[in-house]
Amino acid sequence: MGLLSDPNRRKALTNLLTRLNAPICMVCYLAAIVWFMGLAFEPFTLRTYMSENAMGSTMVEERFSSGERALSLAKEFDAHKRKAGGMPVEWLVKAMQARGLEVFTQSFSRKLPFPDENKERYMVRGTNVYGILRAPRAPRTEALVITAPCSPGNSDNQAVGLLLALAQYFRNQIFWAKDIIFLVNEHDLIGMQAWLEGYHHTNITGMEYSPLQGRAGSIQAALSLELSSDVITSLDLILEGLNGQLPNLDLANLFYAFCQKLGVLCTIQGKLQRNDWDTAEGYTHAAQTMMLMVLKQACGRSWGDHGLFLRYHIEAASIRGINGFRHYKMDVATIGRLLEGMVRKLNNLLERLHQSYFFYLLPSLSRFVSIGYYMPAFGLLAVILLLRVSFPGLDHFTFFNPSGPGVLTVLTPVVISHLTGVALYLLPVHLQEMAVEHFPVSETEAVVLTAVAIYTAGLALPHNTQRLLSGEGTEQGWKVLKLTALLYLAVLLGCTALINFSLGFVLAVTLVPITASMTPHMPKALSALAMVLLSPAFTILYCVFIYQELIEAPVSVGEGWMLFLSVISQGILDHALYGSLVYPLLALFIYPCWLMFWNILFWS
Amino acid sequence: SRGAEGAAAPPVFTWLSDGTKDSESFTAAARDQFQEELVIRPLHSGDIYASFQFRTLWDTDFLQERQKVSHYRLFPKSLGQVLSKFSVRELHISFTQGFWRTMQWGQPFIPSPPGAELWVWFHDTVSDVDGNWKELTNVLSGIFCASLNFIDLTNTVQPSASFKPLGLGNATDHRFLRYATLPREIVCTENLTPWKKLLPCGSKAGLSVLLKSEKLFHSSFHSQAVHIRPVCQDEQCTSKAWELRQTLNVVFDLYTSGQGKKEWSLFKMFSRTLTEACPLATSSKVYVDITDNPEVKLKQQTVVLGDRRTYSVFDLTRAEMFGQLRSLNLLLRDMLRPLLHAERYVAGFGLQTGEIHTVIYNNHPYRAFPVLLMDSVPWYLQLYIHTLTVTSKSRDNKPSYIHYQPAKDRHRPHLLEMLIQLPPHSMTEVTVQFERALLKWTEYTPDPNHGFYVGSSVVSALVPSMVAMNTNFTQDQPLFSSFVPVKEESSYFVRVYTEPLLVNLPTPDFSMPYNVICLTCTVVAVGYGSFYNLLTRTFQVDEPSLPLAKRLANLIRRIRGVPLLA
Repeated sequence: MGLLSDPNRRKALTNLLTRLNAPICMVCYLAAIVWFMGLAFEPFTLRTYMSENAMGSTMVEERFSSGERALSLAKEFDAHKRKAGGMPVEWLVKAMQARGLEVFTQSFSRKLPFPDENKERYMVRGTNVYGILRAPRAPRTEALVITAPCSPGNSDNQAVGLLLALAQYFRNQIFWAKDIIFLVNEHDLIGMQAWLEGYHHTNITGMEYSPLQGRAGSIQAALSLELSSDVITSLDLILEGLNGQLPNLDLANLFYAFCQKLGVLCTIQGKLQRNDWDTAEGYTHAAQTMMLMVLKQACGRSWGDHGLFLRYHIEAASIRGINGFRHYKMDVATIGRLLEGMVRKLNNLLERLHQSYFFYLLPSLSRFVSIGYYMPAFGLLAVILLLRVSFPGLDHFTFFNPSGPGVLTVLTPVVISHLTGVALYLLPVHLQEMAVEHFPVSETEAVVLTAVAIYTAGLALPHNTQRLLSGEGTEQGWKVLKLTALLYLAVLLGCTALINFSLGFVLAVTLVPITASMTPHMPKALSALAMVLLSPAFTILYCVFIYQELIEAPVSVGEGWMLFLSVISQGILDHALYGSLVYPLLALFIYPCWLMFWNILFWS
Repeated sequence: SRGAEGAAAPPVFTWLSDGTKDSESFTAAARDQFQEELVIRPLHSGDIYASFQFRTLWDTDFLQERQKVSHYRLFPKSLGQVLSKFSVRELHISFTQGFWRTMQWGQPFIPSPPGAELWVWFHDTVSDVDGNWKELTNVLSGIFCASLNFIDLTNTVQPSASFKPLGLGNATDHRFLRYATLPREIVCTENLTPWKKLLPCGSKAGLSVLLKSEKLFHSSFHSQAVHIRPVCQDEQCTSKAWELRQTLNVVFDLYTSGQGKKEWSLFKMFSRTLTEACPLATSSKVYVDITDNPEVKLKQQTVVLGDRRTYSVFDLTRAEMFGQLRSLNLLLRDMLRPLLHAERYVAGFGLQTGEIHTVIYNNHPYRAFPVLLMDSVPWYLQLYIHTLTVTSKSRDNKPSYIHYQPAKDRHRPHLLEMLIQLPPHSMTEVTVQFERALLKWTEYTPDPNHGFYVGSSVVSALVPSMVAMNTNFTQDQPLFSSFVPVKEESSYFVRVYTEPLLVNLPTPDFSMPYNVICLTCTVVAVGYGSFYNLLTRTFQVDEPSLPLAKRLANLIRRIRGVPLLA
């Protein structure tokens, strides 16, 4: 390492970095964007392949043929559901018992912190019903889970019907090595959360539930089945789970392999696969699919019932039947065969799925981008922050200079920013009653609007208060603050990207350019506008619009704003109900960090 | 009912008088006797439980120093030699594939945990118990074709109270007891064949012709065991005899095999029929539980496990019996909930900590009774014993006796024994937290992502009987009802095993050693090397190097001898 120990060359390197700092940063930023967009280009991606030996070579034969039975069970289930006005517990218990399962129920109740207007629920009370198919001569150490939701209205009846038909068929087979749990969960994710917490005897979200009576050891994998319509044309695979966690890629490979084998139309992000990667449309298609995955992962919520399993180290995916492509009608028996094949292969597993990737992006079902390929895109953005630490006039000795600014100068804005963050995190939910009393709004609106208000108020607060406390800011002062803020942001984004690449990348793309160039000497009005437009809240707003654009349901500005508000309420709810970390991350860390830069802009 | 009496088994503890009847087959040296028995019980879940017991009694003493036993007739020589070589006082070994579903099937006649279980009482003359144990497991491993050689000190415990000797003698010093389980052991044909070879008739005649592996392993539960213990020779118990019991329990799933029809026959279950008794057997019987189907004749009533059952008895030693064992249709009715039931699971998530929950149910409506809970946990789950809680009916339940032996890393497992009073009709939950240890990389199994097994915990109890029991052993007693000696009339002994646990430990990505080595080397070389360099080197202010023109000028000046330019 002569480069570092030789003072001359070190000096030359420093000089180069200092002199060409801005151009290098700009090149890095552009390179990051180009790299990221290049990830969707097919020649740059890898073809998916099955890594797990136990699932690869042992092809299984699918013999499930009771599609008619599944449909009649679905009808029966529908009738009983209507009669019971919710989960038909008794009928379901009997139906499962008649199929030779050990049946148990779990009741749960949950009071939401504020009413969920999207799903129209506040006090949630429900029952999960599950039946365990005991594998012969297995010691109850391993299990697989198949779930279907009991949802209001007409949807997902077929999923329950198919679940029961599969249970009946599976019960007559002798090759099971793992117990199979058939679970019908009420109130989608809340029921699933209650069941998982009950199964693992944890309580992380304040759910009230009755303890589970029957267990089957450690769950190895789970499949969640949703059939939203009676006519199914294609199957969509949903992988994004809570906090952007993804199941092992082999689970996606397994699904894809069986879709290929059975000739089933399969999609990811609702998008079919195209073979014309060399055309502009082909590339755009792949890029859109990947962008959708990035946005879904970044928002950190569970996009299907499977998402909550991932916390417990259980590989899980949702399979959603979609009626979207005409002329491709698929019968229920085929879906049953697909599930049978997948479950049989999972049954063959000797170890948990661990051979393939856990960190990946999918531009299509047959192509994937592994962590090694996408991380450089983020690395290029992160390096900008580190380069800016060494920008002209901000040398490393500022901190140790005794004549430099006092600790108070720097600490005050940091503390105030974070207190604002804490207020943003705590107040919306806790002040809802007061807000409802004083303003003509519903609880949900109260929460969201309080959040927006605190967010906006935060813009005025920090720089004014800190001036009151420590008097005039010095030139050195803002430099030290900026140094701190840059390092802080770099660490924050770095840690976020390691856990949830998409979130880290989306935040970095918007936060890095403005934070890297922020000084108090810039034109105030223009810079302030730029900063606000690139603040975390606006990032969410842009994501909403882009997402709507990508799923081909563009919205007007007004609708977009309403969606934005509902996204915020959903984020807060996800945090309270399932422990999603995006809202606390944004409120407690990212937003205060951004406020610190805001503070620099108004430094005087 | 003459048939029932004639069919009745000879009383177990009065076999000597019975043996004199056909004494022409006995010699003075080989006073041994063989009995075989099959019990078939339809279970309330619709399954069929078949339990074989083969009992060899031999009036000899393997442990006598002077008299070496060398003439074997019915008792297998391989086991006899093992007994005398290792001074074994009592030996119990079981191989089980599957888990006994107490809630569906009730209590088994002889319980066993999934995998292999071995417990041995050594004679108190043995000085090096651990050495004997190690050798014994290796020998048994050979005899039964099983991986018993994996039993070592890291999975062996010495329970202080849970495993008392079942035979003669009142040994209480648990230094001579060794107990180990291998929950991962897979039981298959290769274990069945050596087990069958121990029978006097092999698989050629008698009940053992039914033991065909293709059917036995096409079942919901399979368990085979060998129990050797000293028993009384007669009622007065003046001298000792050795008893070898070979048991095989199997549960057939009628649901999958019978296409929904609840109908069974020997042929359907075993794909064989019985043709004769084992010629060496003094008694050979088939008992069919007809409690739920009382119109069948040939009855014998027996109280087993606190429940009075009615059995139809078929004595195979009587030739006229053949031609009777045809298909028997059965009506099924709900069974009593098992009075004692236990289950266990791991709570929590993540790979750092966890919590073992053991739930014990007392389903007796009004009687409380104490149970002994024994837990043997491998050292790599580091138990936090201060977090041990026992709660019944949401109230703290203080165990009256706790024996805890902490683990030693890589040497000894945890052993936890507790005497807990179970309130009537209650659920008692025992929880203890643990931390998952980080193993050395050579200590992982070849399939580390499968997880690591923790053996079943054992709940032993004297359960109050719902039915008054007759403990007069002179009466007719089938083999299956007389394994555990019962002293009290009002209760019976039950041992319940919970399911084993599969626990994931933090596992490195073994496919990446190359990457890790490369990365580590790079980090060490770049990071540490340069830092070390910077820290240890002394820095001096460098003369600024002169421009090329000046250096050329200096060169000329040096030649000329003129003072140099700075």
